This record gives sequence, C-alpha cells and structure tokens, in this order.
Amino acid sequence: MSRTLTLVGLESSCDDTAAAVVRLADGRVRVLSSVVVGQSALHAPFGGVVPEIAARAHVEILDHCIERAMAEAGVGFANLDGVVVTAGPGLIGGVLSGVMFAKGIAAARGLPLIGVNHLAGHALTPRLTDDVGFPYLMLLVSGGHCQFLIVHDHDHFERIGGTIDDAPGEAFDKIARLIGLSQPGGPAVDRAALSGDAKRFDLPRPLLDRPGCDMSFSGLKTAMLRARDAVIAANGGLSQQDQADLSASFQEAMADVLEEKSRRALDLYLALSPAEPVFAIAGGVAANSRIRAVLEQLCREKGTRFLAPPLALCTDNAAMIANAGIARMVAGQVDDMTLSARPRWPLDQTAPAQLGSGKKGAKA
Amino acid sequence: MSFQAGPFLFATLAQTNAFAERLAPVLRSGDTVLLGGDIGAGKTAFARALIRSRLGPGEEVPSPTFPIVQIYETPQGDIWHCDLYRLTNPNQAVELGLSDAMDEAICLIEWPDRLGPLVPSNALTLEFVAAGDHHTLSLSGPGLWAERLAAVLSHA
Repeated sequence: MSRTLTLVGLESSCDDTAAAVVRLADGRVRVLSSVVVGQSALHAPFGGVVPEIAARAHVEILDHCIERAMAEAGVGFANLDGVVVTAGPGLIGGVLSGVMFAKGIAAARGLPLIGVNHLAGHALTPRLTDDVGFPYLMLLVSGGHCQFLIVHDHDHFERIGGTIDDAPGEAFDKIARLIGLSQPGGPAVDRAALSGDAKRFDLPRPLLDRPGCDMSFSGLKTAMLRARDAVIAANGGLSQQDQADLSASFQEAMADVLEEKSRRALDLYLALSPAEPVFAIAGGVAANSRIRAVLEQLCREKGTRFLAPPLALCTDNAAMIANAGIARMVAGQVDDMTLSARPRWPLDQTAPAQLGSGKKGAKA
Repeated sequence: MSFQAGPFLFATLAQTNAFAERLAPVLRSGDTVLLGGDIGAGKTAFARALIRSRLGPGEEVPSPTFPIVQIYETPQGDIWHCDLYRLTNPNQAVELGLSDAMDEAICLIEWPDRLGPLVPSNALTLEFVAAGDHHTLSLSGPGLWAERLAAVLSHA
C-alpha cells in the first residue's frame, strides 16, 4: 500500500500535445506537473481547428513538453519509475509519434513502458481528482467522442451507449460554422445562446423515442441547416438575434437528448446499487453551461453525486494518461517494445456495436 | 470520354442508404470515391451506409471529422474513411499515408478539395446537395465508371 511510483505521461493522440509527471504515494496519486501545448494556439490564424499532421513536428513538441513537465515537477530521469503513453485512439501521426517517443525514452533509460487508451485516461480522471470509488457512471463528451461508461475498475469499462454518428463537440463546431459563429464552436454557441430563445426553432430530438442510451447528432445538424436557410430565405440574412435563437434552440435539443439518455444510463447504473453513486462528466463539452445545468439537476433528482473535474483535467491532458498508467503498473500491466499505436481502439471491446472493430484488432 | 450521371433525388435516408448499398459491392481496392458537398449534405451518412453494407450493420462508423482518418479492415482490403476538412496543405494527406492508401485501399474522402493535385485520375466523384427535406446526388468521373456503374444506375 505504501508503494511510491513516479511516472511521466505523454499524450499526443489529439490536437494538443501534453506531458505530465504524477506520483503515487501513501495510496494517493498527485499531479506534480501538467503541460499542454495546444495546436489551436499555434494555428490560431487558421481558426484554431488545424491538427498537427507531421510526425516530425509532434516529436519536437513532445520533446519540449516533457522537458518542461519534468522541470516543473523537479524530477530527473533517475527519479522516474516508468513512461506512460497514449497508444490510441486518435490521429494516426500523433499516436505513432507518441508511442515511438515513449519507446525511445524507455529504451534509453531502462524504464518500464506502459501504453494506455486515451479514453481510459478520461474515464479514470474522477479517481485522480476526487478519489471516487468503483463503480461510477461516466459521460465522456468531447469533440471526437460521446459515450456512457460504467467504470467497474481501472481496466473494465462497460459501454452502455454512445453516439452512432457525430460527437457533440463536433456538432457544436459545425453548427457554429453553419450560422457564422467563431471557432471553437462550443464556447461561441454557449455565449450566443445566453440571449437566445430556445423555443423559436423546433429541432428534432434524435433517437429520443428509441430505448437505450445511444444518441445521434448528425440529423440535428441537417435540421439546423434547414432552419438557417428558412430564416435567410425569409429575411435575406441572419441577424445576431437569429444566431442567438438558433444557438439556444440547438443547445436545448442537445441538452434534452443528453439529459434523457443520461437518465436511462443512470437507471442502468443505479441498478448496480453503488454505495456512493457518482455521475462524472469529462471532455470539453462538459464546460457547456446549459448541458451542465441540466445534468446537475438530473443528478439531484436521482440522489447521485454530480462530478465534473476541473476543465484542465477533463479536456485532453497527460496527467490523466500518467494516472491511468499508475493503475496499470500497480496491477502489473506493463508493456514492452512490441507496444503498437492503435488509431482505432474501442475502450469496451465487448460492447455489441463495436464487435466488428474490436475482433480484428488495429493495424498500426 | 468522361462519365456523368444524375442528379438523382433522394427523398429519404433509406433511399440514400439503398444507393450506397448498391454502390458498395462495385468498389474494389485502389478505388477512390470523392464525397463533395456542404455541411449537412449527407456525405458521412452515405459513407456510413456504404461501409456498413460491406462490414455488417453493427459496425460502428463514427464521424471522421476529428481523427481525420478512420480505417476499417476487411478481408477484401482496407477501407479508409477520411474527412480532410481540417487539412491546410495537400502534403498533410501524404503524411497521413493517404496517397499510398489510394493505391491499395478503398478510399472514401470527404472535403476532397484539400487534396489539390493529389486527386487520383480514376476517382469517382459524388456531389451531394441538401435541398429542403431531401437531397440530390450527382456522379462524375472518368469514362471507365460508366461501365462499372451501369447496373447500379439502372435502378437509380
């Protein structure tokens, strides 16, 4: 129980590149440092949505990130007990660079290498921030992902539903584009919606009439397109009020769907009779004020603790990766030089909708 | 000789899916299908239906917008589903391995204008336009597609 472990984590599977140092001591994990270099900041002139594709650039950024993270934590390679890296899923170049970089450090320093699933990193963050007990319910909702997970232990994630097409963060970006708001779309729509009438446009609530926890947001985008075109046809353009009303109507539809599906997910989870029920939310969309308010209210109704880790730890970061790595290392799940990057890597390989992708394994 | 067909009108998603399912078996490794059209025009939905008709209805086909490329392995070869919207330079497509994939896999490519000069000469282009409650689909490409798609189009 009194084992002390200090690990460095690397994350380069998404648009941001990150490194962090975390330490397990006295049974608790603490974040010693967490550095995130955002591609969006580097590419602000392009609208902040440009991912880094070149592996070379990833390696350079990783190099600086790890240097800073170790300096801020005040540790050298001699103090490290292992290297943790996101091995997938994500952008192919980033995942590959991260894995190769981590292998390089592990080989050069004779350190254990641990590959973790990016989504496991997110899903285990409530353990890091609030020492939450298993099982808990997790809603992972970001630019690229949307799924409900019951987290049974550090290596057992039960996917009970998710989007069958677009992720909400992506839908926010796209509708912001459709109605002429800035990128990233999430904050822009949230802001515009504050002065909007959520009832002005009657948008669909996809899959709400179907049982289960699956969601669909692609049709909502098409409905927004029609609503926008109708306004433009009638008025010759979009006023600021139109933008606000479209934003509010869209956000309300999104919140309604997430609320109802969360209700069902909670029912499934609460049937397990957890001692201290927790519903945690992670991902950038967790920052949306309306969605958050709706889910908080739902949790009050269900007698469940609502938990949203601080934004810096619930958007992409490397502290969550190192934290997931500690859990694996403690369980003896260490990788070797055969660790491969897996751009497609479902977290729950037994979930029915993912059988096809899981059984053959990833290629890279 | 170049090939051109459509626009075909699809009033429902089911009709669009049916067309994707007829097109799916015609495609083989080395084919590139460019999916053109604005946001919400139905490009991803079409690709999803096509991929599912080859891999099975249970296959999860998430939007490729965020990861840019989603690769599906099949016994007949890989299928690459790409959304190049976020690319700023055709060289990035080379970095992604897309130019090799266009020779070896079936590539379904959204926002293909980002490819610039990398567009393969034998590519089939599908152009989607959303209009009210329906959408239309036009096809174009080099002449070889006229023969390959004859059976598909006889039902369209």
